[in-house]
Amino acid sequence: MEGLKTSLKTSVLLKQLLNIIVLVKQVPDIERVKFDVETGRIDRSSAPAEINPFDLNAIEAAVQIKEKMGGFITALSMGPMQAVSSLRDAVARGVDDAILLEDRRFAGADTLATSHTLAAAIRKIGSYDIILCGEKTVDGDTGQVGAEVAQLLEIPHIYYVSRIIRVSENSITVVSEAENASYTLESGFPVLLSVTRDVNKPRLPTLKSKMKAMKSEVKIWHAEDLSGFLDLDKAGYAGSPTWVQKVVVQKEKTRQCRIHRQVEDGLQELMRLLEAKGLV
Amino acid sequence: MGDKAQGRKILVVAELRGETIHPVTFELLGKSREIVEHTGGEVYSVVFGSSIDKAKASELIHYGADRVFLFKDPVFSVLNPMLYAYNLVKLCREEKPDIILMGATCFGRSLGPRVAAALKTGLTADCIDLRIDENGELIQVRPAFVGNILAHIKTKTKPVMSTVRYRVMKAREKDESRSGLIIEKTAEKLFQDRIRLVGEAVPKRLNITDAEIIVAGGRGLGSAEGFKLLGELASLLGGVVGSSRPPVDDGWIRKEHQVGYSGSIVKPRLYIACGISGSPQHLFGMKDAETIVAINSDPSAPIFRVADYGIVGDLYQVIPLMIKEIKARRSSVG
Repeated sequence: MEGLKTSLKTSVLLKQLLNIIVLVKQVPDIERVKFDVETGRIDRSSAPAEINPFDLNAIEAAVQIKEKMGGFITALSMGPMQAVSSLRDAVARGVDDAILLEDRRFAGADTLATSHTLAAAIRKIGSYDIILCGEKTVDGDTGQVGAEVAQLLEIPHIYYVSRIIRVSENSITVVSEAENASYTLESGFPVLLSVTRDVNKPRLPTLKSKMKAMKSEVKIWHAEDLSGFLDLDKAGYAGSPTWVQKVVVQKEKTRQCRIHRQVEDGLQELMRLLEAKGLV
Repeated sequence: MGDKAQGRKILVVAELRGETIHPVTFELLGKSREIVEHTGGEVYSVVFGSSIDKAKASELIHYGADRVFLFKDPVFSVLNPMLYAYNLVKLCREEKPDIILMGATCFGRSLGPRVAAALKTGLTADCIDLRIDENGELIQVRPAFVGNILAHIKTKTKPVMSTVRYRVMKAREKDESRSGLIIEKTAEKLFQDRIRLVGEAVPKRLNITDAEIIVAGGRGLGSAEGFKLLGELASLLGGVVGSSRPPVDDGWIRKEHQVGYSGSIVKPRLYIACGISGSPQHLFGMKDAETIVAINSDPSAPIFRVADYGIVGDLYQVIPLMIKEIKARRSSVG
């Protein structure tokens, strides 16, 4: 009886620590990466890989929640083995555990197949209160994976979170942005939150945390590790309903600029323009 | 071939902002009509709202819908994606549309993926063009890699789902003589307690994506003070103030003014870029403006390559002169 009481108490105590999962992706540095003008394919070797910049805000949000409430943060990513370096970076920034989903059968995935794979891994992790992700990735640029994962896990999601107002053991209150208004929303757990860059200013990892992260173990889960959680027909290229039929390289749309170096002349032309537009 | 003969059923998910239907919905209806005129078929629309009535819903018909599904219930006053998605998915299972279109807005981007995952189908984000190819299949065109490439995407599964960027498709003229069917649906009120609204929605003072005139500043302004000058010009022209990313990062101006890849994509009639050099990320957000004016002291700034008119000079000299000239003309006329 006494033992039962203690174990109940322990489980209640444990419950107060939040389990947080952060979804991260390794992307090429989009400002430096080169494109093959013929095929439109990106040359991933032309630029260093890094954590998707939007995900840094999700990691920071997780760390701040943990600092306030206590908890355990798992960074979860799907990608090739090279992505281990980005997960180590996530560890340096404060996550406790890192898992990479790596398998040839996961490759070539669109957002739905990616979401199936991530959702399977989250089910395997099992216990989670908050899932955090960035607003979008700079390479895929869809912002779809978060809400798709939430649907597959049958949990609510809140997009465009610009502020986290309050966290308690069993709920979170956030500000969510739309074009015309901001909404303060509250949700119980589990919930998936997609955060914007406004939500915080990500801290830089310290040298010490970087050193520690270099030695940290990143767990690698292959397709077999997700067996029972993932239907492989739904993963990777085979499980992707969308496919790229072709890519067209955009010629930079330049306009014939009428440049004035004499301010007076330029001003006269601008006034004619404003007149033509009915603005003066 | 069989389904080509039957034609396409396109479902446009309407977006309400307060009491009004957002114009991206009418643009999607316009595009849908263009598609069914080519393939045969019908255009459906669905609208969810707490106070939307049949008169309002009939606007969807005037802009091109043949059939409107109307979900009117107080539960829709909070954008609870689980609740919206459940009702939309149920409707899709009943009506079996071939194509589902929504705006690539906060609403569509949040709701679309849930619905796609539930229907086990593909969703293409942020399309700027939709075409039917010779096989009668939908090609979805979307920019990728900060607008450097355009990807043509096809979907193997049904329905084909896309979110479409605001202000790239053309709405038809409103035709009040168009007739169609409005079907009232009963909401399934599930998941209500999963997301709760605390207090009232706070309306934004600025809606930059709808602005016709934008006067935008960049690092070249030198300080937060510069935005006051831009604000004066903007208000004289009936426009709003925009910004590139550096001033937002430096705290000179609020994020909602930011134009570009990590801000808003805008398409105004006139964009005046002041002290903005023109990074690819900024150009991504404004290069489709009808007319672009650049004022910059550096003649080699990339912004001049996308501008129609440029003045190489000090914006602190040029803008006060512009303001003075506009005021002078107005007082001489008035």
